[in-house]
Amino acid sequence: MAERNGQARTGAEAFELKIGLAEMLKGGVIMDVTDADQAKVAEEAGACAVMALERVPADIRRDGGVARMSAVDMIEGIQRSVSIPVMAKVRIGHISEARVLEVMGVDFIDESEVLTPADDEHHIDKHAFKSPFVCGARNLGEALRRIGEGAAMIRTKGEAGSGNIVEAVRHLRSVCGEIRALQAVRSEELMACAKEMGAPYDLVQFVHENGRLPVPNFAAGGIATPPDAALCRQLGAEAVFVGSGIFKSADPAARARAIVQANTHWDDPEQVMAACRGLSEAMEGIEMSTLDESDRLANRGW
Amino acid sequence: MESRRVGILGIQGAVDKHALLLKATGAEARVILHPEELKTVDALILPGGESSTISKGIARLGLREPIQDFVRQGRPVLGTCAGAILLSKRCRNHPVPTLGLLDVTACRNAYGTQVDSFSTGADPGGESQLARMRCVFIRAPRLEDLGPAVEVLLRVDGWPVLVREGSVLAATFHPELADDPRVHALLLKG
Repeated sequence: MAERNGQARTGAEAFELKIGLAEMLKGGVIMDVTDADQAKVAEEAGACAVMALERVPADIRRDGGVARMSAVDMIEGIQRSVSIPVMAKVRIGHISEARVLEVMGVDFIDESEVLTPADDEHHIDKHAFKSPFVCGARNLGEALRRIGEGAAMIRTKGEAGSGNIVEAVRHLRSVCGEIRALQAVRSEELMACAKEMGAPYDLVQFVHENGRLPVPNFAAGGIATPPDAALCRQLGAEAVFVGSGIFKSADPAARARAIVQANTHWDDPEQVMAACRGLSEAMEGIEMSTLDESDRLANRGW
Repeated sequence: MESRRVGILGIQGAVDKHALLLKATGAEARVILHPEELKTVDALILPGGESSTISKGIARLGLREPIQDFVRQGRPVLGTCAGAILLSKRCRNHPVPTLGLLDVTACRNAYGTQVDSFSTGADPGGESQLARMRCVFIRAPRLEDLGPAVEVLLRVDGWPVLVREGSVLAATFHPELADDPRVHALLLKG
């Protein structure tokens, strides 16, 4: 489609296409994978997309050091091995890593706090790219700042690689609770809300009028079991990302299938129960109070 | 237009956008996840999403034959994008199991990855009531090898993008993303 790529597009149309793919991922499970074999396991289990990365967050946490964009060859291997969308992560603010993923035709770029930030003051201007971006957020203000920069999907940050759902729950409750609160204020109070949240006024106005984010709202960070996925959906997430939870568990293929099933039927406890049946051990988790503030990935970005 | 109950297969994908558009046309939308729920609706939508994910859900939930029966009884069905792939008789380029209800070959991801997604106007000369429809393509499939009973309602760059065979409608684009109810109106006319 070279001739189409050459055509000028208005900003609104380009953004509509980006959000369009996010809409198609709703109701699905996006799984972290580190090689082509894992990607096939994920696709076979019913993942709606995979996130290609060199080390799952639990290993990044364990190994320490600087975590960067994954190797190009590894991402290409995964792109060749599956037919579902392939996502990959760039460091916060790393414009050049993002340009590399864009020319590779990666379907969604995650500007992610799981990697070591490249810029501690600025996120990427995501409107300047043809590829859609997803960004993490802990609250409504952060979500709207990222959308203002061009993110076509928001996910909770949660606490990646922890196997502990508590932070994702906190972030979902913040975002959804603040949306409800914003709906209830009077219109002349919106500017003060925008100022307090540090969010663009027009997006604050959109949320006030529509009672939702202008882009799909997904959950990530700490999902390890089928009921974890169902809980996130219960609290308003429209799809879930599962990172370390699958390939750090004792039975990745079965757990991947089970999380897909629980995610589709989040509203049906019998189906969630059926999904749990026969699973072996989940990944080991980390209690938040044992984690130093400096080790919390969710504190990266603003 | 009479108000009708329309099921939307709820395994995965853009379910709520279809529901919003149906509401705007005066129809009632119901999410379908189990075979017995098909008995409560007059028409069915297979939404966009990931065809491999949805096809696995169809198999797991035992929905394959009930959907086939639903359509063979002449009740109208609309598949958009992934839904069009699932309706097709043949599938290529990472094929997924399909329902075999539309005599076409669906080529998955025929245009490329998300950076090749695009929106554009339909070619002139299609079905007159669908004139100037803006078509949004997201990692879209292409329909090839159309059987003799398959009627082309819209084309883009010469390729069929909206087709009909009996009560089966299939679009490779997303009318639900463009807020244009005309394709849904065709389904409701059944």
